[in-house]
Amino acid sequence: MKILVAVKRVIDYNVKIRINSERTAVETNNVKMSMNPFDEIAVEEAVRLKESGKVDEILVVSIGQRKVQETMRTAFAMGADRGIHISYEGETEPLMVAKILKKIVDNENIDLVIMGKQAIDDDSNQTGQMLAGILSWPQGTFISKLEVVDKNASVTREIDGGLETLKLNLPCVITTDLRLNEPRYASLPNIMKAKRKEIVEMSMAELGVEYTNRLKIIKVEEPPTRSEGRKLEDVTELINILRDEVGVL
Amino acid sequence: MSVLVIAESNNEYLDRNVLSCVAAALEISEDIDILVFDGSEKVLSDCAKIKGIKNVINSKGNLVGTLAEVLAPVIIETAKNSSHVMMVAGTFGKNLMPRVAALADSQQISDISAVIDSDTFVRPIYAGNALATVKSSDSKKFITVRATAFQAVESEGGNANIVEGLQPKDPSNSKFVNRDLSESDRPELTAAKIIVSGGRGLGSSENFKILDPLADKLGAAIGASRAAVDAGYVSNDYQVGQTGKVVAPELYLAIGISGAIQHLAGMKDSKVIIAINKDEEAPIFQIADYGLVGDLFDIIPELVKKLD
Repeated sequence: MKILVAVKRVIDYNVKIRINSERTAVETNNVKMSMNPFDEIAVEEAVRLKESGKVDEILVVSIGQRKVQETMRTAFAMGADRGIHISYEGETEPLMVAKILKKIVDNENIDLVIMGKQAIDDDSNQTGQMLAGILSWPQGTFISKLEVVDKNASVTREIDGGLETLKLNLPCVITTDLRLNEPRYASLPNIMKAKRKEIVEMSMAELGVEYTNRLKIIKVEEPPTRSEGRKLEDVTELINILRDEVGVL
Repeated sequence: MSVLVIAESNNEYLDRNVLSCVAAALEISEDIDILVFDGSEKVLSDCAKIKGIKNVINSKGNLVGTLAEVLAPVIIETAKNSSHVMMVAGTFGKNLMPRVAALADSQQISDISAVIDSDTFVRPIYAGNALATVKSSDSKKFITVRATAFQAVESEGGNANIVEGLQPKDPSNSKFVNRDLSESDRPELTAAKIIVSGGRGLGSSENFKILDPLADKLGAAIGASRAAVDAGYVSNDYQVGQTGKVVAPELYLAIGISGAIQHLAGMKDSKVIIAINKDEEAPIFQIADYGLVGDLFDIIPELVKKLD
């Protein structure tokens, strides 16, 4: 069985973002970047499946500037096998990414796609569902548990109000939630080995995908700031606030 | 221009957040239909009474679970003459809508917090640390709505027609197995006026129960930070934040929560935020309207006692 994992290079989740001076985007120059946390979970899950003997190969795909190859190497160091880098300079949109991934799925005879439920930069939460839609494959989104037996995937999904279990026929698309697993740290020998793994670089045109962005970003601004808070002395003062100012008592 | 709103219900009652989704739809058009999947009589009549709705379309069928694979083609067909299709950005909408949009070759607009015009919307990005205004060039727009950003329309006063919709086809390659919902008598988190939320500072699932009497006294829902969920103090559906639920109650009490940006993304639009934490440097105090520095294990019982 062959797994495809899509990884996105994003601003590190610990970074406090800044908006650029033209107010058209978030500043990404000289900012620490890393693999989208949900994608790390996807890579980890793929590697665990491989370690259990159910998977022969893990293919990693990333889209963007040359630097995304660093992110792909991180996936290699965790245990992924080889990569395809789609070189692209602009802003990616989920529909565009889904179309690219569909092409790769078709070319590579993929049995299972695992990807993060959302990227922490655009917070869209769309790509996996879109890919499943255009492939006419079943989807298991926001999953916290995955079991693959023969040609089936049993998934537990995190839904509003609790959990839901589905049984999906392979091939299918899975998107990971936070509690699926704890991603491993790459060891130094594996980081060294990752340098030798193959990345094929190609453009969207070479892959045969044409896409013009549908969403135009008009502006990016800071959310309204809250007025400065006040320190309270004790519980009595807290109760007074609840009663007189918030009016909930 | 007509808007199709997709309703979410559990077959007993309509998800209240749909009323906020209709409010967002009304900012685009006066011509709004609502699509219900296998609605009970109660859900259908609740939908018909919502102010501003013209038709309630009921797609009957054997809908065990709510598989996107089954529902997406029904939505595509039902929305043939709609310019916009909208849903609440809960897990139901997030799972379903992108599949629908992709089938229609449209780039969905996720989690909008404001409508500028029929093509232009505002949506939070980077865990709510920036607001992007985006203009869509797609002829048909698929949108999920951040319910807390729109004032719910009235649930009474409307008089829509109830019409029969298309019947969903049985799924072929995916199967619903079961659903395990957490039971609670408390208000639903995303609809609660008051939320009492606990973090890692609570220390254990046993200790987390210290919040119960306080929530009961205030008629509040209970929420949690990711740290508290990951540590196993409460189940994941309590989680407030970028990856959990987005809430905006009248009052948010953050107890033993440090205030990581991922948590703030889920609650910083609350009207009043009160933080209780023993670390006076905790980032939560930077956004709290009122902060009380001290040990929650002293403060909460004292607070509960004095509320009697």
